[in-house]
Amino acid sequence: MQLNIIILIALLASTVWSVMTRSLLRSAIGLALTSAILTVLMFSLNSPVAAVFELSVCAGLISVLFVSTISLMESLTMKEVMERMKERLHRFWSLPFIIICAGIMLSLLTLKFNLPLPVPEAQKDVRFILWHTRQLDIFAQVVMLLAGVFGVVILFGDRRRQDRHG
Amino acid sequence: MDSSNLFLFWAFGIFAILIFIAGCYCILVSFNLIRVLIGVELLIKAVTLLLIVAGYISGHTALAQSVVITLIVIEAVFITVTVGVILGIHRINGSLNTRRLRELKG
Repeated sequence: MQLNIIILIALLASTVWSVMTRSLLRSAIGLALTSAILTVLMFSLNSPVAAVFELSVCAGLISVLFVSTISLMESLTMKEVMERMKERLHRFWSLPFIIICAGIMLSLLTLKFNLPLPVPEAQKDVRFILWHTRQLDIFAQVVMLLAGVFGVVILFGDRRRQDRHG
Repeated sequence: MDSSNLFLFWAFGIFAILIFIAGCYCILVSFNLIRVLIGVELLIKAVTLLLIVAGYISGHTALAQSVVITLIVIEAVFITVTVGVILGIHRINGSLNTRRLRELKG
């Protein structure tokens, strides 16, 4: 349990770092780090399949998407960087205080959950649950993927058409 | 719910709420569209953490994992499409600053 708390603190620290850091690239790396730490937590909570998905998709694919998008943007001059740094410091300084105050307030609350827990599941295999019990989820995933593919095709197709017509 | 499970749920719940607060703050305070997207990602991370711990405590880990897998797929599609939209906005306006995006030109 203490190990879980340490990992949770690391997760929160990487989250705050990714929000507060000046560079967008560092922010994307912080997000990947957050996903990696969340993966460790998932493994410790007996969810290895979801952990593998989190590591490969969120820490891998999405980070690559973010980094490649950031690399397409033009970099700032030193003067602009200094101006934005001051502005960012002005906007973001209150976040650590908000997090610490909210954490203290929430930890002082002693809520009592008297929720009756459901009977533990008979089928422990994720594949069985995903393919037989949650078939509508699979359908929704396929629909979402198709919608995403069509969205990207239309976005980039439109851009190519605009480039052709000048 | 016994005391150890209650403590585990409450500890994870507090951290999920704190990550959610950080994500909301990032969305509200940032003017850069990529940073706003990072804030949305943080909100999804908080929800993922809560789903996993709820599955662990209730003994329905397989069900929680299947829901998390669906969430991750939806997240990846959402990020891909949004990044495409952001690139389009950058191409048209030359900036990702939300303060300069007040006019919706077709």
